[in-house]
Amino acid sequence: MEIKEQNQLTAKHFATDQEVRWCPGCGDYSILKQVQTVLPELGRPKEEFVFISGIGCSSRFPYYMETYGMHSIHGRATAIATGLKLTRPELSVWIVTGDGDSMSIGGNHFIHLLRRNPDVNVLLFNNQIYGLTKGQYSPTSEQGKVTKSTPYGSVDYPFNPIALCLGADATFVARTMDRDPKHQQNIIRKSYHHKGTSIVEIYQNCNVFNDGAFEIFTEKGSKKQATLMMEHGQPLVFGENSDKGIKLDGFKPVIVDLNDASVNDLWIHDETDLVKATILSRFYDDPSVDGHFPRPFGVFYENKNKTPFDELFNDQIAYAQSKNPSPSLDSLIAGKETWMVS
Amino acid sequence: MQEQELESVVIRFAGDSGDGMQLTGTQFTNTAALFGNDLATFPDFPAEIRAPQGTLAGVSGFQIHFGATAIHTPGDQSDVLVAMNVAALKANIKNLKKGGVIIANSDGFDAKNLRLANVPEAENPLIDGSLEAYDVKTIDVTKITRSALADSGLGVKEIDRCKNMFVLGLIYWMYHRPMESSIKFIQSKFGKNEAVMNANLKVLQAGWNYGETTEMFANRYNVAPAKMEPGVYRSIMGNEAVAMGIIAASVKSKLPVFYGTYPITPASDVLHELSKHKAFGVKTFQAEDEIAGICASIGAAFGGNLAITGSSGPGIALKTEAIGLATMLELPLVIINVQRAGPSTGLPTKTEQADLLQSFYGRNGECPVLILAAQSPADCFDMAFEACKLALNHMIPVFFLSDGYIANGSEPWKFPSQDSLPDIDVTFAVHNPEQSKFLPYQRDEKLARPWAIPGTPGLEHRIGGLEKQHITGNISYDPANHEFMVKLRQEKVDQVANYIPEQNIDNGPETGDVLILGWGGTYGALKTATAKLIEEGHSVAHAHLRYLNPFPKNLGALLRNYKKVVVPELNNGQLVKIIRDKYFIDAIPFNKIQGQPFMAHEVIQQIKNILAS
Repeated sequence: MEIKEQNQLTAKHFATDQEVRWCPGCGDYSILKQVQTVLPELGRPKEEFVFISGIGCSSRFPYYMETYGMHSIHGRATAIATGLKLTRPELSVWIVTGDGDSMSIGGNHFIHLLRRNPDVNVLLFNNQIYGLTKGQYSPTSEQGKVTKSTPYGSVDYPFNPIALCLGADATFVARTMDRDPKHQQNIIRKSYHHKGTSIVEIYQNCNVFNDGAFEIFTEKGSKKQATLMMEHGQPLVFGENSDKGIKLDGFKPVIVDLNDASVNDLWIHDETDLVKATILSRFYDDPSVDGHFPRPFGVFYENKNKTPFDELFNDQIAYAQSKNPSPSLDSLIAGKETWMVS
Repeated sequence: MQEQELESVVIRFAGDSGDGMQLTGTQFTNTAALFGNDLATFPDFPAEIRAPQGTLAGVSGFQIHFGATAIHTPGDQSDVLVAMNVAALKANIKNLKKGGVIIANSDGFDAKNLRLANVPEAENPLIDGSLEAYDVKTIDVTKITRSALADSGLGVKEIDRCKNMFVLGLIYWMYHRPMESSIKFIQSKFGKNEAVMNANLKVLQAGWNYGETTEMFANRYNVAPAKMEPGVYRSIMGNEAVAMGIIAASVKSKLPVFYGTYPITPASDVLHELSKHKAFGVKTFQAEDEIAGICASIGAAFGGNLAITGSSGPGIALKTEAIGLATMLELPLVIINVQRAGPSTGLPTKTEQADLLQSFYGRNGECPVLILAAQSPADCFDMAFEACKLALNHMIPVFFLSDGYIANGSEPWKFPSQDSLPDIDVTFAVHNPEQSKFLPYQRDEKLARPWAIPGTPGLEHRIGGLEKQHITGNISYDPANHEFMVKLRQEKVDQVANYIPEQNIDNGPETGDVLILGWGGTYGALKTATAKLIEEGHSVAHAHLRYLNPFPKNLGALLRNYKKVVVPELNNGQLVKIIRDKYFIDAIPFNKIQGQPFMAHEVIQQIKNILAS
C-alpha cells in the first residue's frame, strides 16, 4: 500500500504552494524542476527528504520543495546538515548552496563537510556572482570582473570549485549545467546514489547580474566545441562532430584531432582515478584563449570506499552501547567514590 | 608532638605548572571529601600548559578549604602554603595568614630559581629573614625524592615528577588523612607502568614517614567530619556536573543528547566528560569551529535530539548569529557559556561574570532567550538539567551560564537519584488527518510551537531565519506581523516566569537594611559574608538569582523590602543595570574584575561601608 503510494509521487507532489520568487529567466528554475523530476523516481516518501540551505538566491530553494526544509544562515547549511545527518542518518539530506555561500562565507564548513564525508548531497549553484546582494563579484568570478564592488575590475584570483573539492578529499565530484535538463537529472540521480558526500557543481546563469557567464558551454553553437562530456569507461571525445579527443602523454593531457589519431589512443574516463580526476579538474582555462581545453561536465571522481562519517559516528555509539547495554544513570551520577553522612 | 583540633583549614599547593599541583590538590580534595569534611576548592592556573619554568607566570596553584563546619568558599587566606619554588612563594605569600605554615622545597630556592623569579640571591626568602612572621619548614623535596627512588631504575626526569607525592604524603600525615584513596588512584593511573606506580607509592609513603619520623613538625591536626545533611555524598566539579545534568535530562526526556562544540578553555571538560558516555547514546561532535558547533546542534534539534552547544565568551560571540536563527526557528537548544575573563581572549583561565549582558542582548534584532546561571559546582547539575527541561518544554534556546571558578571548583554533593528527578515530557507532532495543512507556528498554552521532526509523514514544512507569518510559518514581510511576532517571542520568554520557582532569601530577614543580590558563581563568598554580617548583628540578607531571564515573578516585590540593594558581581556592573532598568530600584553595584573570585572579607567590608553611609 505504502509502496504503491510512493510510486505515485510525481514532480507536482514536490512543489509547494509558495510562489517561486526568482527573477524570470533565472537558471534556478531549471534546477528546481530537475530536482522535482528526479526525487519521485527515487522510491522514497517525501517526508524522508530534507533540504537545507544557507543564504543567497539559491538558498530560497527549500521553500519550493514540499519536503522538510530549512533556510538557515549564510554559509552554515553544511554544518546544520551535518548535525541533522549525524542524528538522523536514515534521512536523505540535501544541501543547497551557492558559490558565495559555500566558498566564501561558508568555506570552512564546506571543506570540513567534504573531509568528513557524511552521506549528504550538495547542490552547488555556481553563477559566479553575488545575486541576492545585487551584483558583487564572488570567489568564483573571473579575475578582472567589473561589478558594483569592483568598478575597476576585481583583482582576486578565483577558486576552481572542482579542484577545491578534490583537494578536500570529496568522494563524489561532478559538474552539470542548468541548460541541460537531461544531463542534470542524470548527475543528480547519480549523486543521490553515492554513499558519502556528493557535490554537484551546477553552472547556473544569473540573467540579471552575470548573464551569459556560461553561454559558451551551454548554447548550441559553441557547446560541443567548448565542453567535454565525460562518461565513465568512455574515451574523452568532444568537438562539433565529435572529432576531437584528449590523450594522455604521461601526465600531460593533449588535444588530438580524430582525423589524424585513433579513438583507441584516447584517454578513457575512469571516475575512480583520483589522479586523472585532478588533471581533468584543471581543465579550467578561459574558453576565449586559443588552444584551451574543453570544460568537462559529468562525474569527475567517485570514491566508494570511504565509509561515510554518519555511519562511523553512529557505529561508535552502537559499539559503546553494546559494551554497556543498560547504563545506569544512578551509577554515573554517584561516580567512583561516595561516602555516607548519617 | 601536639594534637590539635581545628574547625577548618585552608591549604594552598603552589608550584611550577609542571609540578603536578593540580593533581596533588585534587587528591587531597577527594580524600578530605571521603573523610566527611565539607569543602570548596579553587584551582588557579596559568593559560600556558608549560609556562617558562620557575617564573612567576608559570605558577600553578590549588587551594582547598576543608572543615568540620559548613564551607562555601575556598577561603580568603591560607593556613598552609606549599611552595615548590621561590616563584610559587612570591606569588602566594600575600594570601598566607600571618603565622601560617610554609612548606618550602629548598631545591626550588636555588640560584637558578631565584634568578628565574627575579629575586636577587641576597634576598633568598629562606635565608634573609623576611619570612620571620611565618612558620617555615624547609625540606629538600627533590633530594629526598631522588634518594628514595635511587634504585627505582627510573630516569631523573621521571623521578622528579614524583615530588608532588612527597608533599601529598606529608600533608596527609599533618592532617591525619587516610591515604587509601590516593593509593588506589595511583594504582589505577599508573597500573600499566609498574615502575612509575611503585615510585609514586614509595614517595607518597616517604612524605608520610618524613612527618612521622623527623621532629620538624610540632603539631598534627584533626579536622572532624562536618555535620552535613544525612545522605550519600560524592565530590563534584562544575563541568562534570554540567555533563551529568545533561545526561540526566536525556534519560528523563528519552531523547539522545547531541553536543556540538569546539574546544575552548574553560568549557572543554564538558566535552571531555560527555564524550565518555556514548553508552547513554550521547553524541559529541567536535566541529571545525564554534559556528559549526552550534549549527550542527541546530540541525540535531531539528532532527529531534536534545541539542546542546557549549563554549566560553569568545566562542559564544561567534555563535551569536546562530542563536538568532535558533530563536527564529523556535527549536529547543541549550547554549552553555562557561564564562572567563574577557574581552577578546582576555584571561582564558581566570573567572569572570562579564557575559551576562551578552546573553541578554548580544544578538542582532530583538532576540530574547532564556538565561539560567548555576551558583556552585553541584548546582551546575541542577541548572543544566533545568536548562534542558525548559528548552524542551518551551521550544526555545536557553543560555546556561557557568564560570571558570565553579567549572573547575569542587564541593561535596549529596547527589540525587534518578527516580527523584522529574520526567521531561516531550511529544513530537504527528499528522492530524482533520487538518488540511500542517501549521508549524501554531502554539500551545506555553506559546511553544509543535516539534515536527523530519521523517514524520504529512508534516513536511519549511522553517528558516526569515520572519514568519504567525501560525502558518510562511515567509512574511507584513509590517504588522513582524511587530506582532517580535512581541510574541518576547511574551514567550516572559511567561516562562510562570514555570520557574519564586525567588527565595538564602539567608537573613525578609525585610531589612541591605539585600545582597548575587548571581552565578559568587554564591559561596556572598553566603559566607552574609552569615558573618548577620552574626555581627547587621540587618543584612542574601538572595541569589539562578533564573535571570525571565526573573522570578516575585523579584521586584522582594527587592523593595530592603532599604538598599547591593549587587556584587565579577564584572563592571551588569546585573545591576538590568535590575535598575527593570525595577527602577537604585541598586548599588559592587564590582571586582581581577579574574579572581570575591573573598568573603572584601564583601563584608563593602557591605559595612554601605551600611555606614
